[in-house]
Amino acid sequence: MTDQINVQAAADKFLAAIGRPLASWAEACVKCGLCAEACHFYQATKDPKYTPAWKILPIAKAHKARTGFLGMLGLAPKITEKDLKEWEELIFDTCNMCGRCTLVCPMGIDIASITGATRAAMAAAGVGPEDLFAAAENSRDRGSPLGLSPEKLEDRLEWLADDNEIDLPLDKKGADVLLTVSSIEMMKYPDSIVSMAKLLNHAGVNWTFSKKGYEATNFGYLTGKTDIAKTMTMRIVDAAEELGVKAVIIPECGHAYGVMRWQAANVIGRPLPFEVFHITEYLAKLKREGKFEFKPYSKPFTYHDPCQISRRGGATADARYLMEGLATDFREMTPTANSNWCCGGGGGVQAIARSAPIRYKVFKIKTEQVAATGVDTLVSSCANCRLTMDEAKAATKWTGGLESIVEILAEHLVTKDDD
Amino acid sequence: MDLLDFARGPAINVAMAVLVFGVLWRLLAIVFLGKPVDRTVPRLGTPGPFMAGVREIARRMVPHPTFAFAERFAFFNGWVFHVGLAIVVFGFRPHILFVKNLTGLSWPALPSGVIYAVGAITALSLTAALIKRLTSPVQRFISTADDYVSWLVTMAPVVTGLAAVGHVGARYETLLAIHILSVAVLLIWLPFGKLFHAVLVFLSRATTGAFLARRGV
Repeated sequence: MTDQINVQAAADKFLAAIGRPLASWAEACVKCGLCAEACHFYQATKDPKYTPAWKILPIAKAHKARTGFLGMLGLAPKITEKDLKEWEELIFDTCNMCGRCTLVCPMGIDIASITGATRAAMAAAGVGPEDLFAAAENSRDRGSPLGLSPEKLEDRLEWLADDNEIDLPLDKKGADVLLTVSSIEMMKYPDSIVSMAKLLNHAGVNWTFSKKGYEATNFGYLTGKTDIAKTMTMRIVDAAEELGVKAVIIPECGHAYGVMRWQAANVIGRPLPFEVFHITEYLAKLKREGKFEFKPYSKPFTYHDPCQISRRGGATADARYLMEGLATDFREMTPTANSNWCCGGGGGVQAIARSAPIRYKVFKIKTEQVAATGVDTLVSSCANCRLTMDEAKAATKWTGGLESIVEILAEHLVTKDDD
Repeated sequence: MDLLDFARGPAINVAMAVLVFGVLWRLLAIVFLGKPVDRTVPRLGTPGPFMAGVREIARRMVPHPTFAFAERFAFFNGWVFHVGLAIVVFGFRPHILFVKNLTGLSWPALPSGVIYAVGAITALSLTAALIKRLTSPVQRFISTADDYVSWLVTMAPVVTGLAAVGHVGARYETLLAIHILSVAVLLIWLPFGKLFHAVLVFLSRATTGAFLARRGV
């Protein structure tokens, strides 16, 4: 949190953001408390302050202060500095915008959207976790939250290409598809990058990376810093337009997919001139076209649905389709698919160091889910989920394994060498 | 003018005027905020916003399968007092006569005995909802004065109505006047507090339905 808190900026931002959808949601809560049943932060702590409905209060207060009966008379309480400080932890540290509470709400209130708008208001006021804000500023100034500059990207791609004897095209003129990266993958899970390339090369896709627009994660969106959100979005849009590609592929990163597929056109104010796919969607498309054949993967495993790809993204079925004919012992966890529990690190929470203890508590829910399936391998399609769970695994001494669906697919691809 | 005349006359008329004005004012205030243009491309094969909205309104009438156990009390008790209130309000002969005098519309009434029983069940159900609110750490924490006032103004017409038909505690005319006044308070409060969810439920659910359907969820 910064020293100067501009409460008026938050109030103005709230007012600018509130259209019919947010107003309907902000005013509709009947305080039934059922959303607590769906929230991993409440379930992990049993602390009522984590009830998602409680997170509606700042936006509802700001809205009523301007538009309610008392507000029009200037008599309604206004949003205060104390409110912003008090809700900072609830809005940033303990909401992944995973949308699970929306499933249970009898009124259908979308608290994830409310959190997004509240983050933007808080960011305008200068309220929010410093490390998360720093990640956003790093993205703007250095190209990525983890400092993956265009030069570093080029270096690492060269290294990965040499090391793995694989073609990793960069700024290839005439490419049809732009592949983006999450800097988490590039720094921590580079096999995931190589795996995507291996699969795309095998399928004969004419694709490329771009130095101009490569970072898929959008910490501008996650922090509510709308100017940075636009900058990050425009880098990919500009790169895609310059290359003239027909499609942009988002790697194993849930929020990156959510932002580019379901927000970007609204952020830049015009329709995107290309299609956006999550890597699992694109690989499923290629599989449907008969481009892949896989060797059996016999290790028993279960699948963690990244919220922004399944529950909020609508691509739930594609990961399962990819596993068909590949996995010989795949077991769904309970609950699964769109009802699956969140990893606890989405929505930028992974980048907030002080949230680690509560994230580790949340991870217990996941390990219990995995244990109930009788397997000890957890596969996902989001590097951020993987990183969140990897850290929690180390902290909680969980002995299970964490894997990436794209890496498994690449490892089990039937190639010419197998003939 | 005695109390009953006041209740039947100016009180209920003013209350109805406030209800109509208040509901329109609050609803239009939301509707006129407008909806941001969504420039994203909807997932192929998904329903349009209207159909998705209608589907979502219907879908949330029953709990989400994942949360059926967690929702069991809220679902069962919620249906009991909502349906109970509807039966008492629209099934009791004097209420139908009141609507007929006002609008000319009428429909067959339910037997009074049924109404009394449903009224008692509704009162018990509302009491259970209050007990739950007071004993659940989550609900107690998130509740505001609005929740308790809204409960009170909903419960009052049920209790005063039962007292009036049972001639309990005072002269029938006095009890009836109190009942009508309690209804007037309910009508006046409805647009301003959380009871406005009676209107917003459709808007909120439909908005979410359209939002998620676009994504193919």
